[in-house]
Amino acid sequence: MAESDNIIVETAEKIFADLADPQTINHDKKDAWKAPLWQALSDAGLPLSWVPEDCGGSGADLADGFALLNAAGRFAVAVPLAETMLAGWLLAQAKISSPGGEMTVLPASPRDKITLNADGSLSGRARGVPFGKAAKHFAVLANGNGGVSIALVDAGQARIEAGLNVGYDNSDIVTLDKAQPITIKPAPKGFDQTRLMLMGGVARSLQIAGALESMLDISVRYSNERVAFEKKISKFQAVQHNLARLAGESAAALAAATSAADAIANTAAFNDEVFLEATAAKIRCAEAAEKGGAIAHQVHGAIGFTNEHILHRYSLRALAWRDDFGSESHWAVELGKLVANRGADELWPLVASR
Amino acid sequence: MTAALRFDPIRLPEKCEQLRKEVRAFLAEEIAAGTFDPHKPNREDTDVPEFSRKVGAKGWLGMTWPKKYGGQERSFLERYVVTEEMRVANAPTRRFFVADRQSGPVLLKYAPEHIKMDILPRICRGEICFAIGMSEPNSGSDLFAAKTRATKTDGGYLINGTKIWTSSAHIADYMIAIFRTSPPTKENRRHGLTQFLVKMKQPGIKVNPIGQITGQYEFNEVVFTDFFVPDDHVLGEVDGAWKQATSELAYERSGPERFLETYYVLTELVRAVGKNPDTRSAEGIGRLVAQVHTMRRMSVSVAGMLQAGKEPVVEASIVKDIGTVWEQQLPHRVRDLAAFVEETATNRETLERQLDFAIKTAPKLTIQGGTTEVLRGIIARGLGLR
Ligand SMILES: Cc1cc2nc3c(=O)[nH]c(=O)nc-3n(C[C@H](O)[C@H](O)[C@H](O)COP(=O)(O)OP(=O)(O)OC[C@H]3O[C@@H](n4cnc5c(N)ncnc54)[C@H](O)[C@@H]3O)c2cc1C
Repeated sequence: MAESDNIIVETAEKIFADLADPQTINHDKKDAWKAPLWQALSDAGLPLSWVPEDCGGSGADLADGFALLNAAGRFAVAVPLAETMLAGWLLAQAKISSPGGEMTVLPASPRDKITLNADGSLSGRARGVPFGKAAKHFAVLANGNGGVSIALVDAGQARIEAGLNVGYDNSDIVTLDKAQPITIKPAPKGFDQTRLMLMGGVARSLQIAGALESMLDISVRYSNERVAFEKKISKFQAVQHNLARLAGESAAALAAATSAADAIANTAAFNDEVFLEATAAKIRCAEAAEKGGAIAHQVHGAIGFTNEHILHRYSLRALAWRDDFGSESHWAVELGKLVANRGADELWPLVASR
Repeated sequence: MTAALRFDPIRLPEKCEQLRKEVRAFLAEEIAAGTFDPHKPNREDTDVPEFSRKVGAKGWLGMTWPKKYGGQERSFLERYVVTEEMRVANAPTRRFFVADRQSGPVLLKYAPEHIKMDILPRICRGEICFAIGMSEPNSGSDLFAAKTRATKTDGGYLINGTKIWTSSAHIADYMIAIFRTSPPTKENRRHGLTQFLVKMKQPGIKVNPIGQITGQYEFNEVVFTDFFVPDDHVLGEVDGAWKQATSELAYERSGPERFLETYYVLTELVRAVGKNPDTRSAEGIGRLVAQVHTMRRMSVSVAGMLQAGKEPVVEASIVKDIGTVWEQQLPHRVRDLAAFVEETATNRETLERQLDFAIKTAPKLTIQGGTTEVLRGIIARGLGLR
């Protein structure tokens, strides 16, 4: 996943650098940056990169899309890029074409359920839906008597209670009450809500890893600028050791996330090995967000705690992303159950399976 | 950007999986034959020469080395698989693992041809054991404070001084050691150390045992008194060993043995908890498994870097740092969770025995092979902070 030889990532990084520079955004109180950024991303076909051409997308492969999400994390991009990508991917599973514009997926938590009623309408409540309010359409995974379905729903069909996550991005409660889908089709055999949650979790893992890379970067830079006790704080061993730990957390997050992305991109079946990869990535990245973010703030001192400084754009988002598509506690329980169920002697073979 | 810290998701190729099956089958046979007990953590004082020879006969020692020295010219990834399977099975690897991991590669790089031809094939056959003579009573983290002298004499050097914490010195046939050949210079305090191949069990060397808090006996004090080393046993550059020693340490720091030393308690916890864990146990296990999986993916990635001919000094230090901190915490976390295990768990005694040993082992993990603080210094240098 080296960004240099990936044309999609190169394009995205250029757009982010031009239109989503965290410093500029941080000082733009009116969100004037959002529209041009979304426009540029859309013009480049990035929000629909996981949608095949015959479903209206740009048909990039999964690996490139994951690398794009990692880059988006490095810029802590606060538009529904990941969400629209996921929604497009979900719709494409049932060969449903994606419309243009912002989308997000329902449900966004493993505990919420959307039900397909006997009359073909959809009902249910999904909490913590990222960018629910910004979405023009929802890609919905619904359970009904006949099994799992995938639907495209106009946002006008939903009731939305707006909320904010820890990172100040919209995280909303979306209620469908006998909503009529624009299109609804059966999900492919074997596709279920767990798979959607794991896909979302891996997307979030890559974003968290990206945010940590940037936190490491700006913390190292700051420590080389700030002078205290007549020397750069980077010369204090205690500060160096904190930064070394941050580097470790960042490296661990990136390793876990890219490994899971690679596992998903190169597999036909969501077997136990892929489950381990995806859940481990979400768990480890969430832990890294906590430890790494704390160190980045420590190194920045009070300045990092201000609205003025960009650090919070990364640190709070990384913390917020922990909650989407299943928290690390949720997945740890699920992974623990799987491991226990396979039995002690199958643990090492599972870990060493790839 | 922090591009230098990427850990690419290397996958083990198919032939590694074939090899893994062979190693597992071999270990299963040895366990069945009573050579070792996989439920007993690798007791450091367990020396099983027979086992070493069998591993050598399988072609699993010096695997990456040239065939003319007895090696197999196989990849680092294949070697990785053998190492982790041995580690997880608690196999008695003490006699050969230092030679295989570290000493052999040093000889390959720096020893004269006739010494390579003599020694490397014997390592590959599992016949000989190596020790590492770096630390001294007042020189551990500060390697360049080493004082043990090598004084030039006719046809070689006379060694006087003391090495300490030398693992396996009591069973070793050879030691690769650094000795002081000149004083440090004003410009470079790392100057003046030279690496030597030392033949053990000779007059002039005395090995004194040092007991450990685990109840085991693993390392020693090694005292040299006018001990003679011939000229052709100098390895590499006279007075320039510091470059060699630091690249040697990259091999020592990234392997699976750097996060799996207390792994056995996790397996035993899973066994004790059974098929239907309560939420707390399930969550605890899940978090530990996520951690070991991530460590392993990082470690495999470093093996991939070694295979690609890179020198991943910073990456190896990161793996060693977070790996040893993790394997140090693991027994304590397992102990937390074991408090809720049913009294009737069939392996309760095994788990308790293992925890007892792992908890005693834990304090050394962040010290051996370079302390956490020293590693963080190396990582900080890699980040451009010093
Ligand atoms: C089980 C075991 C096996 C070993 N086997 C071998 C072996 O085979 N061969 C061999 O040569 N050695 C061996 N060692 C020795 C090991 O490499 C040293 O113990 C280690 O390098 C630390 O040195 P020290 O014990 O002298 O501690 P010190 O160097 O005295 O360190 C004491 C404390 O001070 C800290 N410290 C020291 N300098 C700094 C600094 N600059 N900045 C911040 N903190 C610092 C250290 O991190 C540590 O916490 C072994 C050790 C163990 C525990």
